Amino acid sequence: MEFSSQIIQLLFSGLTIGSIYALIAIGFVIIYNVTGVLNLAQGEFAMFGALISISLVKMGLPLWAAVILSIMMVFLIGGLFERVAIYPARKASVPTLIIITIGVSIAFRGIAILIWGTQPQSLQPFTDNTPIKFLNAVLLPQNIWAIGISLVSLVVMFYLFNKTFIGKALTACVVNQFAARLMGIKPEKMSLLAISTSAGLGALAGIVIAPISGASYDMGMMIGLKAFVAAVVGGLTNVPAAIGGAFLIGILESFAEGLWSSGLKDVVSFSLLLIILFVKPEGIFAKASGKRV
Amino acid sequence: MEKKDLKKVYHNSFIGLIILPILIAVLPVVIPSSYILTIFIMVGIYALVCNGMTMLIGYAGQISLGHAAFYGIGAYSSAIISTTYGLSPWIGMIVGMIIAGIIAIIVGIPTFKLKGHYLALATLGFGIIVFTLFKEFRELTGGSNGFFGIPSINLFGFEFNSDLRYFYLVWVFVFIGIIFSRNIIHSRIGRALRSIEGSEIASDAVGVNIMKYKLQVFVLSAMFASLAGSLLAHYVSFINPDLFGAMTSIYFLIMVIIGGSKSIWGSVIGAATYVLLGELLKHFMPILLPNKGGEFEIVFFGILLVVTLIYMPNGLSPQLEKIFSKFQKKKVTIETPLQINKKQIASGGENQ
Amino acid sequence: MSEAKTILKVENLTKQFGGVVAVSDVSFKVNKGEIFAVIGPNGAGKTTLFNMITGVLPASSGNVFFEDKNLTRKKPYQIAQAGITRTFQNLEVFSNMSVIENVMTGAHLTMKTNLLMAGLRLPMVTKEEVKIMETAMACLERVGIAGLAHELAITLPYGNQRLLEIARAAASDPKVILLDEPMAGLNPEESRQLVDVILKMREEGMTFIFVEHDMETVMSISDRIVVLDNGVKIGEGTPEEIYQNPKVVAAYLGDEEEEYVNA
Repeated sequence: MEFSSQIIQLLFSGLTIGSIYALIAIGFVIIYNVTGVLNLAQGEFAMFGALISISLVKMGLPLWAAVILSIMMVFLIGGLFERVAIYPARKASVPTLIIITIGVSIAFRGIAILIWGTQPQSLQPFTDNTPIKFLNAVLLPQNIWAIGISLVSLVVMFYLFNKTFIGKALTACVVNQFAARLMGIKPEKMSLLAISTSAGLGALAGIVIAPISGASYDMGMMIGLKAFVAAVVGGLTNVPAAIGGAFLIGILESFAEGLWSSGLKDVVSFSLLLIILFVKPEGIFAKASGKRV
Repeated sequence: MEKKDLKKVYHNSFIGLIILPILIAVLPVVIPSSYILTIFIMVGIYALVCNGMTMLIGYAGQISLGHAAFYGIGAYSSAIISTTYGLSPWIGMIVGMIIAGIIAIIVGIPTFKLKGHYLALATLGFGIIVFTLFKEFRELTGGSNGFFGIPSINLFGFEFNSDLRYFYLVWVFVFIGIIFSRNIIHSRIGRALRSIEGSEIASDAVGVNIMKYKLQVFVLSAMFASLAGSLLAHYVSFINPDLFGAMTSIYFLIMVIIGGSKSIWGSVIGAATYVLLGELLKHFMPILLPNKGGEFEIVFFGILLVVTLIYMPNGLSPQLEKIFSKFQKKKVTIETPLQINKKQIASGGENQ
Repeated sequence: MSEAKTILKVENLTKQFGGVVAVSDVSFKVNKGEIFAVIGPNGAGKTTLFNMITGVLPASSGNVFFEDKNLTRKKPYQIAQAGITRTFQNLEVFSNMSVIENVMTGAHLTMKTNLLMAGLRLPMVTKEEVKIMETAMACLERVGIAGLAHELAITLPYGNQRLLEIARAAASDPKVILLDEPMAGLNPEESRQLVDVILKMREEGMTFIFVEHDMETVMSISDRIVVLDNGVKIGEGTPEEIYQNPKVVAAYLGDEEEEYVNA
């Protein structure tokens, strides 16, 4: 294959997976900034989104309905997760909370095995998936869907956060929880909203990637971790930076896999994580004073 | 003042050190089953890993989500040295511990400058990198296909090639490890470590070189894990990278927390709980839910972990200690709840 | 009559936080065996100065000399190694240990046991442990709380925790103990007890430097005082000299006047 078309191919698949990481990374950043919790179970929402929508389609629902219903259900699962695992432990120490989310992610995975077994499943592509030729590279329409839907979601989120009252209330909690409380905003409600919304975003990510790489009970862990790396690279304090980090990771991984070795792509991502943590923990793109207490 | 007055300071109990070895020693006699022996060999191996992690997590107040890496380093070192190079397994064990220790120092120095989330993430990332390297260095480790043919251990001609012999071998190591750790806790080092959690700023002010001690405990815990990995390799004679992945690190963490991170016995309790519960679930779940395959028992461990952290943050060991102290009529060990806010007690006024 | 011998010298110490200068070009000397106070109205920079001497905050410029060593910008544990220990305004006892363990930890630097020796429980380890326990008990007796040795440190009443901090600070046989607002939060009875302890230890040769708001105590027990206002030194001398220093009087009265006017 010609080098330039290979580059475009890799770039494109990097953008695809990057957009998935971005959706999940946004969820991380929202949760972290509103509640202070690093939610290591974030990837499992993607897993649920994918598997639930597959089941709904199998039950006879049209794809668009399955997608919407699935996102709503995961939204509720997120809320349940907040009430049952996060809220009771909200005063606990940082390591404790991290381990609690690990515990939940394990439990989620176990439940997924119970319901769907261990065999990978697949979701039909959103549209006819005949490959498109673009500048000598071969691209799948589903990839375009993935990138497109992610970008649209990002724009919608941006609008919600900056133009609606609820969005601004959430932002207020991020900036100064005490003052927000004085203004009548209840952090507990915001916590619930933040986690549920992030869950919904995660579900969307899982649904969009399912036609490309399938869905199974263990898809959540690695996706979640990579998105995590993306959020840290971006700085954990603001959404656009996390998105930038996500695309960066996606592209780096894609190139590592294509040009070097697919096994080592994990080494690339996590080495980047370690480098960022050791050298510039505030992240590459972080705003100067984004230090979370 | 004399040595015996030290007991009041340490609020020590020797009961564990007497009862447990006796129980372990007679177990194979009372229950002569190879299956039970195998289970308890695994409990012992895991307890060894958890011993080191308990020192790190419960006493130095750090966290490690990547400890399986050291477990794997020990296993692969033993495998490679005894099989590929044909040297004595004891050399393999020692080399493994040295490699693990060196890597712990190299990784630890930048890592322990971090705190909280960042520390956890760094250890997680480290674990995954090492796991991936186990898979990728195929000529050395056999990659995903695994490493076959690891020989058994022998000591001056005595081969540890039966479950019974291996059982005693492993548990001798476990008890040596427990005694070593206890000695550390009941010493200047133990106090220095606990002081880091008691008040890091005061610890610093009193002259404790916090970074140095965090590193020392990390290296120690890496060596314990490596030793356990070596014991595993010679027992199962076939290893593959999946034994040393992120989930394994997390299972070790679960054992430490369920057993109780504030007590060295927690490592044994946690390992035993994990293995025994796992076996129970494997036997009963197919009866209750006949059509489900796969390892969904992990649900229980996930839920157990969450419930433990919320309602019983110090794990099972304080509960067991209370039970034992009833038999002894001695003062119950001073126990500090995990999240005590000391400032609330003294100043009365300002909270948070 | 002992000749005054400088044990600590602060030279042109400055701390800047961005545009704000919290401590500006402060210099003073502390003599061996003295009780030396650092006072000043609120916001004068006393705590910042204190934190620079104890290594908690790195100085922006200037030096701290202790005996003949330069301790500027060293870390807290290195400062302790040099022979300076401290107490904390907001009480930082080791919450997870008993009273005597707190003090034994205070003696950390005087012990030699390392990880390997401890793990193997060599005979010297046990000998050292017994010795340290005795030293710790002696420190507790000196401050008067030996009876509480095996209680959990955070369960002690406020005043006793303060005494514990002093016992812990004294355990490593330091040359200087820094006290951060030692009288804060104490009732009159507890204050008296604390003053007695400080005077007794001074008689045994200890040097004390303390930051304090309680004027009565400062005036009655200090040998010499340095006064800060807005980060700048406005006076240094004996209590009588300070009392009559017009700049000091203005700084304190001026404060009150402003409060009165703006109330």
